Amino acid sequence: MTEALRQINERRRHVLGGMGDRWRALPRWQRWLTLLAGVAFLYYLPFLGDIPGTNLIIPGLDWFRTDSIDGGANWAGVLFVCALYVLVAVGLNVVIGLAGLLDLGYVGFYAVGAYSVALFGSAESPVVGALQEQFGLSSDWAIAWAICIPIALAFSLVAGVLLGWPTLRLRGDYLAIVTLGFGEIIRIVAKNSGWAGEAQGVPGIPGPEGPPSPDNKVFGLLDIKPWYWLALSVVLVMVLLVRRLEHSRVGRSWLAIREDEDAAAVMGVYPFKFKLWAFAIGAALGGFSGLLFASRSAFIQPETFNVQLSILFVAMVVVGGSGNMAGVAVGAFLLAYLPERFRDFSEYRVLAFGLALVLIMLLRPQGLLPSRRRTRELQDRAKEPANVA
Amino acid sequence: MRGRGFPRPRNGAKGEKPVNFDALFGDLAQHTVDGLSKGAIYALVALGYTLVYGVLRLINFAHSEIFMVGTFAILGTWSLLGVADNPPIGMAIVYLLIGLVVGALASGATALTVERVAYRRLRRMNAPPLIFLITAIGLSLVLVELFALWMAGFFSGRGFTENRLVIGIPPLLKQETVLSVAGADITNVQIIMVVAALVMLYGLDQFINRTRYGRGVRAVAQSPDTAALMGVHQDRVIMLVFVLGGLMAGAAALLWNMRYGITKFDIGFVVGLKAFTAAVLGGIGNLRGALLGGLLLGVIEVYAATLTRSTWEDVAAFVVLVVVLIFRPTGLLGESLGKARA
Repeated sequence: MTEALRQINERRRHVLGGMGDRWRALPRWQRWLTLLAGVAFLYYLPFLGDIPGTNLIIPGLDWFRTDSIDGGANWAGVLFVCALYVLVAVGLNVVIGLAGLLDLGYVGFYAVGAYSVALFGSAESPVVGALQEQFGLSSDWAIAWAICIPIALAFSLVAGVLLGWPTLRLRGDYLAIVTLGFGEIIRIVAKNSGWAGEAQGVPGIPGPEGPPSPDNKVFGLLDIKPWYWLALSVVLVMVLLVRRLEHSRVGRSWLAIREDEDAAAVMGVYPFKFKLWAFAIGAALGGFSGLLFASRSAFIQPETFNVQLSILFVAMVVVGGSGNMAGVAVGAFLLAYLPERFRDFSEYRVLAFGLALVLIMLLRPQGLLPSRRRTRELQDRAKEPANVA
Repeated sequence: MRGRGFPRPRNGAKGEKPVNFDALFGDLAQHTVDGLSKGAIYALVALGYTLVYGVLRLINFAHSEIFMVGTFAILGTWSLLGVADNPPIGMAIVYLLIGLVVGALASGATALTVERVAYRRLRRMNAPPLIFLITAIGLSLVLVELFALWMAGFFSGRGFTENRLVIGIPPLLKQETVLSVAGADITNVQIIMVVAALVMLYGLDQFINRTRYGRGVRAVAQSPDTAALMGVHQDRVIMLVFVLGGLMAGAAALLWNMRYGITKFDIGFVVGLKAFTAAVLGGIGNLRGALLGGLLLGVIEVYAATLTRSTWEDVAAFVVLVVVLIFRPTGLLGESLGKARA
């Protein structure tokens, strides 16, 4: 019986592993063509089941939409959140998957990004209010959205460095708890500080077309499709950038540090510097995602950025397969999409989420779509004598 | 429209300073007493983190839920026994002792389950710490949700109905002042809390340092492989460590019920986080460190709460944690269960 199971497992591994190899063996133009088709499909997703411009329906695909069930959420809205989470996962993957640093406070950076655009971009925020008073500006003056993007990126980058500077010398599990605390501190500071709008939050956060208003033609409040396309475009650009980074000298240094920090240091890789880079880059990506979130919501509250969200972020990376960008993207998509599609069970979704985490980690610790390198590392570890210390 | 300049700080209405030193130093002794009794709970929970960390070098993220289960088990037993408010002193003591036993058993059993379900298989695989952490988080979510959905109602005698409410616990001892020292009123419950924490720690310390089983624990903490060669059954020691941590959490749960008189499915998280901070502050893996860290953190927290009118109470713990980790990562008393006393 066990022998039969082992054989099935072996076969499955062969087929799945073979798929990766076959993919890499394809000529470059075929791979590009497939990827392009995939990207086109991603842009098509909000219409899933319909053919835009006609009344025709593709039967069957409708089932996947979240608005196909009673009381289901807006499909484009769910896709938008999926895209945001994929961006977060790509950023967190740099920290956890590539550099091997466990960051449980990633929501902090997400919050910094969201609050940057809220405090500088909204005419109703206390910070902009103070600026208006100081310089005698009109009451609807605020910093333009496009300028808020570099501000948000800079702030989250700086937050990453500020958190990383004192804490990156710590061991992995200490780092986890300190970052968890950091995420909480950001939330509590936002909640208790007058300049951050306290518990009521900040309203009137602008989007690409300026402050939220019914007159906005493209990035309006009702039609979320353009927001999804915007987020998707950002994700694609960032995925390309991070991918270049991953295969650069910096990326190789991260892998070396993750696998053996001491060995990496001996080989001339300065671990602290590259860890700090990973932290800062990851933080900037999280901040960007937070910015998009705040712009779309037009209103943020400190309670949104709680620890549960942080844990969800980490879970996306680990469940998807830390270290592999496609894996973490799939993980992020599933964890954002499944609870919405199966809303009937929404009362039990946290329970199901917890069970899924335990089961996936026990049965497939490398994640659903692991990186080849990481799988081998894990297999390697299993052969070593248990090294508790 | 809001946003004409900075709004006033919420607590700093007319002329009040944001940091209120008068409130703190006017009543320093009282705040210290309050802090110590609060810290007693942190200390007992911290022992669980410290024991597991000392032996396995991993943070048992689900330990906070082990504590939470204890509070509910005690509540369930008390309502089963039909405890009324403020029973006669003799009965109250009996109930408290029953509560202690039940809490310790429930938490100990939960701890064993956690080890069995979430950790054992991973230990065999020699998985990296991140994986342990994720399974522990997953299991902790499962426990919290089980209580949020069904068990909280069950233990409070309302059947398996869904409820996410704060659940009251009948007060067994009327909290009254029995002692006044240097202007501080000390209640009977506060004395019990601190004394109980000290007694539990003393017992645990003796167990680890003087008994055969304790020697096994120290041996595995120092070097698992060597200990195994010397005939120490590693799995049994690890189970023992989890049970001991669970027992302490159960005791902490009893103190919590006495002192605060409420419980909720999610109380574990904050207590757990603070207790972990306490363990790190004292030196994780060090039993006496856990006690010192717990009491100290309780006091720091009450001071911070008084200074800032509760606004920054929860931040204080994290700031302490970060500062300790930066300047003295091994904690005040140093790490290592193995080296606690060879």
